[in-house]
Amino acid sequence: MDASARRAPAVLCRSPERHPLSPIPTAALSKRIQPASTPAELLRNFCIIAHIDHGKSTLADRMLQLTGVVDARAARAQYLDRMDIERERGITIKSQAVRMPWEVDGVPYALNMIDTPGHVDFTYEVSRSLAACEGAVLLVDAAQGIEAQTLANLYLALENDLQIIPVLNKIDLPSAQPEKYAEELAKLIGCEPDDCLRVSGKTGDGVLELLDLIVATIPAPVGDPEAPARAIIFDSVYDTYRGVVTYVRVVDGALSPREKIVMMSTRATHELLEIGVISPEPVVTNGLGVGEVGYLITGVKDVRLSRVGDTVTNAHKPATESLGAYRDPRPMVFSGLYPIDGSDYPILRDALDRLKLNDAALVYEPESSVALGFGFRVGFLGLLHLEIVRERLEREFDLDLISTAPNVVYQVSLEDKSVVTVTNPSEFPSGKVGEIREPIVRATILCPAEFIGAVMELCQVRRGDLLGMDYLSEDRVEMRYTLPLAEIVFDFFDNLKSKTRGYGSLDYEPTGEAAADLVKVDILLQGEAVDAFSAIVHKDKAYAYGVMMVGKLRKLIPRQQFDVPIQAAVGARVIARETISAMRKDVLAKCYGGDITRKRKLLEKQKEGKKRMKTIGRVEVPQEAFIAALSSDTEVKDKKK
Amino acid sequence: MSPALPLGDAAPDDGGLPASVAEGAAGRAFGLYLHVPFCTVRCGYCDFNTYTSAELGGGANQASYADTALREIELAARVLEGAGLPERPLATVFVGGGTPTVLPPGDLARMLDGARSAWGLAPGAEVTTEANPDSVTPESLAQLAEAGFTRVSFGMQSARPHVLATLERTHDPRRIPDVVRWARAAGLAVSLDLIYGTPGESPDDWRASLDAVLATGVDHVSAYALVVEQGTKMAVQVRRGDLALPTEEDQAAKYEIADELLSAGGLQWYEVSNWGRTPAQACQHNLAYWRGDDWWGIGPGAHSHIGGDAGGGLRWWNVKHPRAYAERLEAGLSPAAGRETLDLATTRLERVMLGVRLADGLALDLLSTRARREVAGLVADGLLDGRAALGADGHGARVLLTLRGRLLADAVVRALTD
Ligand SMILES: Nc1nc2c(ncn2[C@@H]2O[C@H](COP(=O)(O)OP(=O)(O)OP(=O)(O)O)[C@@H](O)[C@H]2O)c(=O)[nH]1
Ligand SMILES: C[S@@+](CC[C@H](N)C(=O)[O-])C[C@H]1O[C@@H](n2cnc3c(N)ncnc32)[C@H](O)[C@@H]1O
Ligand code: SF4
Ligand SMILES: [Mg+2]
Repeated sequence: MDASARRAPAVLCRSPERHPLSPIPTAALSKRIQPASTPAELLRNFCIIAHIDHGKSTLADRMLQLTGVVDARAARAQYLDRMDIERERGITIKSQAVRMPWEVDGVPYALNMIDTPGHVDFTYEVSRSLAACEGAVLLVDAAQGIEAQTLANLYLALENDLQIIPVLNKIDLPSAQPEKYAEELAKLIGCEPDDCLRVSGKTGDGVLELLDLIVATIPAPVGDPEAPARAIIFDSVYDTYRGVVTYVRVVDGALSPREKIVMMSTRATHELLEIGVISPEPVVTNGLGVGEVGYLITGVKDVRLSRVGDTVTNAHKPATESLGAYRDPRPMVFSGLYPIDGSDYPILRDALDRLKLNDAALVYEPESSVALGFGFRVGFLGLLHLEIVRERLEREFDLDLISTAPNVVYQVSLEDKSVVTVTNPSEFPSGKVGEIREPIVRATILCPAEFIGAVMELCQVRRGDLLGMDYLSEDRVEMRYTLPLAEIVFDFFDNLKSKTRGYGSLDYEPTGEAAADLVKVDILLQGEAVDAFSAIVHKDKAYAYGVMMVGKLRKLIPRQQFDVPIQAAVGARVIARETISAMRKDVLAKCYGGDITRKRKLLEKQKEGKKRMKTIGRVEVPQEAFIAALSSDTEVKDKKK
Repeated sequence: MSPALPLGDAAPDDGGLPASVAEGAAGRAFGLYLHVPFCTVRCGYCDFNTYTSAELGGGANQASYADTALREIELAARVLEGAGLPERPLATVFVGGGTPTVLPPGDLARMLDGARSAWGLAPGAEVTTEANPDSVTPESLAQLAEAGFTRVSFGMQSARPHVLATLERTHDPRRIPDVVRWARAAGLAVSLDLIYGTPGESPDDWRASLDAVLATGVDHVSAYALVVEQGTKMAVQVRRGDLALPTEEDQAAKYEIADELLSAGGLQWYEVSNWGRTPAQACQHNLAYWRGDDWWGIGPGAHSHIGGDAGGGLRWWNVKHPRAYAERLEAGLSPAAGRETLDLATTRLERVMLGVRLADGLALDLLSTRARREVAGLVADGLLDGRAALGADGHGARVLLTLRGRLLADAVVRALTD
């Protein structure tokens, strides 16, 4: 393509100090930043980190446009949110890396940008991306200020020794308060308020300056070009057409097409079938050199053979020491996933295997439930992760699923001092148990000072212990708590939002376990315990839980041809009960002048609806009943009214 | 608005039927339904295919409707012959609506004559017309009897003025004993239609309606639970909160009251919504629907069925609007809008779906093996008669609904079909 055609639209080049048409390197200059032969000093690797929705992906869009990587015609909002589910929900789930050219003072640079997700469930995606960078753009919404994931991601970046560029975003918003938040941000990272750049990812304001600043302040990668290659895998994605695509950052040496490579942890050898960079679609290159970020294809079909955190080296000249490994993501919540139609079990198994190819955080093992038949106990990073996996399974594999109420993992010591790990409430030992330990997190809550009381009250109810509190600015506080994971993982955040009129934000990280007074609450339909509805809750909350679940189920289970008593019990003691009285009338009295076809179609539809129910004992339980058990709303609509 | 027609296959322009429909036809009764799509006013709850304008245009005008319908009768006779069906005199004729009696008796008579000359009437054939109580006189009823009608079914709905008002019925309930008397004097058998569960109807209102029916001494009653149909004025009233949706409990209790009072008055149920004094007084045309017999439906939106137990039968339906209906016939085309061929599995399913509703019951061996295993549970739940299921009452093992089962007939059907 003619280089001049790739120039940034003039209207976006507002910077008076620089020549308006110079940011994209000319064809001649571009020769110096060809992949595989770009000197390390011309490389800049950075990621964009922020609290959820502060505008990372939108800022990335502007960068793609200004650097000419995506022309106006091909542009679409949040270009890098490639998955349907990301686009529908307007959130980023997977990090995306893109190589972009940029010119400053006649010198061409290759910038490698990684857009990261903001949601706490995907923090571990962020930490993977950080390992490929020397710097991070810390973005703060100028209408919101610092929030919990701003802190969490900043700390992650600092742990990785990254150069931080503080940036206030969305300055176009009338409600933006850049002065105020520049102060907050400066105080947080120990710089001057003036050091905080002000941009708008929406209008493009300030983005040119930001790109220049990235070149000026983020250190170039350092590595030994002569040494055996060492490249760290920071992502590994399964693609139906191309097999596993592995994203790497080269630290030392170089990788070239068709050479043999070795995965250092497994010693497995593969041939490099393809090597390239993403800009913004895959572009095949002559290899990757020191400091470069790109992708590899070796023809393997399983991401587990190309594991995130592993080090890639040359087969003919292997390195001896691997680069530091990542922590494997640890599932925080577990839920049972069951096909409504039992014969779909093999499809579910294959579907999970397929998703696993792309989602190292997904763990599962087969389990069976008396009520639900065969399924899987699946571990997730959090509820959003659960929701997304479930939705993808249903959508991409055409499955109808029931997911049981999510729970955390408990360690239960028995009388003989042995300890069992309980990932499913129905496995909770029924006899006398000794100590029960539950996972604990350290939570950071940020909110305007006026809500301190409301937050303390909420945390108190959730069995939290206040660790400390700091004013980030005059009217914003950071509160630190330890809380049982089980208390925050489900509906805590919604509660926090409503108690702080939307201003509170939450981040948490696991810190260990603690003993607690927990009991198992069983739910019985027609006198039979339904394992899928059992839950482990704190003793003081068992009654409230039982009443709520029984009440919800009464509303959600349709009338049957017989009375259905529903009970909640702790051990043999019934703590709540309701009855769904038998259906009284289910017959269409008239028939339209012989329109039997219509009558039959109605029957077929009803039978279809029946198939979407799970029969437990003789009771038909709709999918919603299981979903509602998972949802935090205490109010559900009565399906019978 | 009346409900949309089903989605089916295209029907051929000549209305031609495949030879498969003729299979076993000699053993099946043949009936005629004749739709009259006119009413003087539309009742708020009603979504039948009916129009209050007398001037829909061309052959759809009330004045020319009989001629238009006669054209379809001729076409029907040709098509049946062409498909190789044996000649069968009509066992039943049922003129329904709408309100057939908005047409002059002479028009109804001409249509009946047309049917008679096409197929002939079987000895003892049942020939019914529906009628609104305020659309008949002693003279008109006598004319209908004269023309060959044997039976009239009046839309009484309720004996209570406030219930009739909610239903937006125009007739005076005091007229019911009169119209029944006139019809009987003319030699017609009489049936009365009732609706129960209307908003504002108390159990005593309902008992009063049943008592009024029994006081007339009629030999047949249909009692329908009010259905608030989408697209009706009543549905709007319910949505706005002006009327309360009838509850399941209210309608169930009223069904039980109906069955109790009607049986005590000498009328036995023979189908979920129908009661007759003797089996012979059951509506034979109605039974034909539930038994899966053959019938041809004349008129806009009318449905037809020809076909036997072996599969290969056909259901079809005419275009809905009287204007489109008339235009097709005038152009010499079949008015059928769509049709479906019933394969064996569908035929079997329908047999269960329809037959379960009858007091004669459904032979157990018409059920699939899987469905037969459900029977014991349904007996245990009190929905099916245990003695009948065992054949202990001398009529062969069969599915027979209990009173509770009649109220849950659709649930029973779901359990008994695959
Ligand atoms: N007015 C204004 N809106 C913006 C700006 N940047 C982003 N937004 C809007 O903010 C919302 C979130 O933007 P995203 O770019 O998806 O935010 P994100 O940080 O990538 O979100 P996650 O990836 O889910 O963490 C969208 O509705 C954007 O249109 C901006 O500069 N000005
Ligand atoms: C075609 S209509 C009757 C004939 C006549 N036009 C009349 O209304 O008097 C047949 C019967 O269906 C019943 N019906 C009509 N609409 C109904 C509804 N929405 N719910 C219950 N029954 C209904 C009424 O009892 C009515 O008498
Ligand atoms: S008179 Fe009968 S057909 Fe006509 S609108 Fe009323 S209920 Fe319907
Ligand atoms: Mg994003």
